[in-house]
Amino acid sequence: MARAVTRQRKAINTVVAWTIGLLIFFPILWTFLTSFKTEAQAIADPPVWFFFDWTLENYRVVQERSNYTRFLWNSIYIAGGSTLLGMIIAIPAAWSMAFVPSNQTKNILLWMLSTKMLPAVGVLYPIYLIFIQLGLLDSRFGLTIVIMLINLPIMVWMLYTYFKEIPGEILEAARMDGAGLREEILFVLTPMAIPGIASTVLLNIILAWNEAFWTLNLTASRAAPLTAFIASYSSPEGLFYAKLSAASTMAIAPILILGWFSQKQLVRGLTFGAVK
Amino acid sequence: MSTKASRFSARLMLAPAVILLLAWMLVPLTMTLIFSFQRFLPMRGGFQGWVGFENYIRFVNSSAFWPAVQTTIIIVGGVLLITVILGILLAILLDQPIWGQGIVRIMVIAPFFVMPTVTGLVWKNMFMDPNNGLLGYLWRFFGGDPVVWLSDVPVLSIILIVSWQWLPFATLILLTAIQSLDSDQLEAAEMDGAGPLSRFWHIILPHLSRAITIVILIQTIFLLAIFAKIFVTTQGSFGTRTLTYLIYQRVLESQNVGLGSAGGIYAVILANIFALFLMRIVGKNLDR
Repeated sequence: MARAVTRQRKAINTVVAWTIGLLIFFPILWTFLTSFKTEAQAIADPPVWFFFDWTLENYRVVQERSNYTRFLWNSIYIAGGSTLLGMIIAIPAAWSMAFVPSNQTKNILLWMLSTKMLPAVGVLYPIYLIFIQLGLLDSRFGLTIVIMLINLPIMVWMLYTYFKEIPGEILEAARMDGAGLREEILFVLTPMAIPGIASTVLLNIILAWNEAFWTLNLTASRAAPLTAFIASYSSPEGLFYAKLSAASTMAIAPILILGWFSQKQLVRGLTFGAVK
Repeated sequence: MSTKASRFSARLMLAPAVILLLAWMLVPLTMTLIFSFQRFLPMRGGFQGWVGFENYIRFVNSSAFWPAVQTTIIIVGGVLLITVILGILLAILLDQPIWGQGIVRIMVIAPFFVMPTVTGLVWKNMFMDPNNGLLGYLWRFFGGDPVVWLSDVPVLSIILIVSWQWLPFATLILLTAIQSLDSDQLEAAEMDGAGPLSRFWHIILPHLSRAITIVILIQTIFLLAIFAKIFVTTQGSFGTRTLTYLIYQRVLESQNVGLGSAGGIYAVILANIFALFLMRIVGKNLDR
């Protein structure tokens, strides 16, 4: 609903919007700045803003002291693996419901959604027990499966809403021309579905990366991803703000960048297609 | 015009997702249900017999239960109030033509992508710490005594931290909804002499009502399950123990699985009440 407004009003709006935007963004900016300070500068009173001796020391210390790369790799493994595995299961399911619907399709979709609403804490002990029995506690593989399962409903839903937008006439035309199921999927559907698939992948990497209930409760040291690594800073020793900032910056930077690309998809994915 | 063969293969393609989710839902939930009727203390003797509904009664009667319910309601309600009201205002603002709209949008949305443990720790230490936090500095600058946020006003602190994370979500969804508003309608109203307030009240707000309902329902379901931010800030102390956190403590910290499982079943029922409303709206949307 963009409407013509006066320059003056646009200027006022701009100032207000930028002020609020900067205010909301400030904690992230502050964390970023602090990560380049020394520990003394990090708690200086009055605070130092931009004019300090920028140092990469914190990043080096974080890596040395806690082997940051291992946590990073665990995060990549879990977020990437759960998304990949989830897509392999979700794409056929969404395809099937979008293009060969039955009278049960709506119920199945809603039921899948309802599994997403299940509070994790309600099944914490059973999962914990199953993990112990199967030797999956503190394993990346186990965590990957669990995170894949909690995000599977969102993947199916998102893909479903995207696939639904592919006009059925195109499929019928392809079938008329004698295309079999395989050709139909490979040459007609896939090219049209790629944007939707890419969006779904993006959103799920973000969700999996930031998941912090199961990652905190099912890992100890071997399989702990960045969420758990950061949590270890909750019982700090001595001065640690700059190091906390450096660790935090490294943990959120990749996902912040991905997130900015996925604003639109976020709405669709998290409202299950109810708001587009 | 699907053939029988393609219908069959379609069912086959759907099967893995359905079977996996069915197992994921049924197996652990059934186990929780079974545990909830047992006296089961893994660290202190393990299974000690069936107790019927005793755990359900004890969970509700424990001195920690009502405070936890109260805390949960205040936190969820507080966050909803802040995020929805500010979200509407921000969405309207961001919908106006402004210079650098894209950048402002990115800044506003960013908190949603920060992992919960980072959110909790950055706020706890770098902002809310009375000695070294930035808010403490701000208070001193204006001559006040720094607030010891997480122990003086712990629930408010949690509400602020969680709201910071979820305001972007509300804003983004409401913004998307506002952008689908027909601008002709607004212009016509403006021509007829409707002021900004009356336009907001009679056109924008009704148009947003469905999106607002969705924001409230989805956020409620996620907010009821908040865990990591409390885990890294107060660990449930100072009256910030929500229902979720209480159940977590019963199950994993004090290893009273029977009692915790009864609590878990309560949590499942509670979440399902909100989920039912949400699903009715989403389901209606499917028919269109």
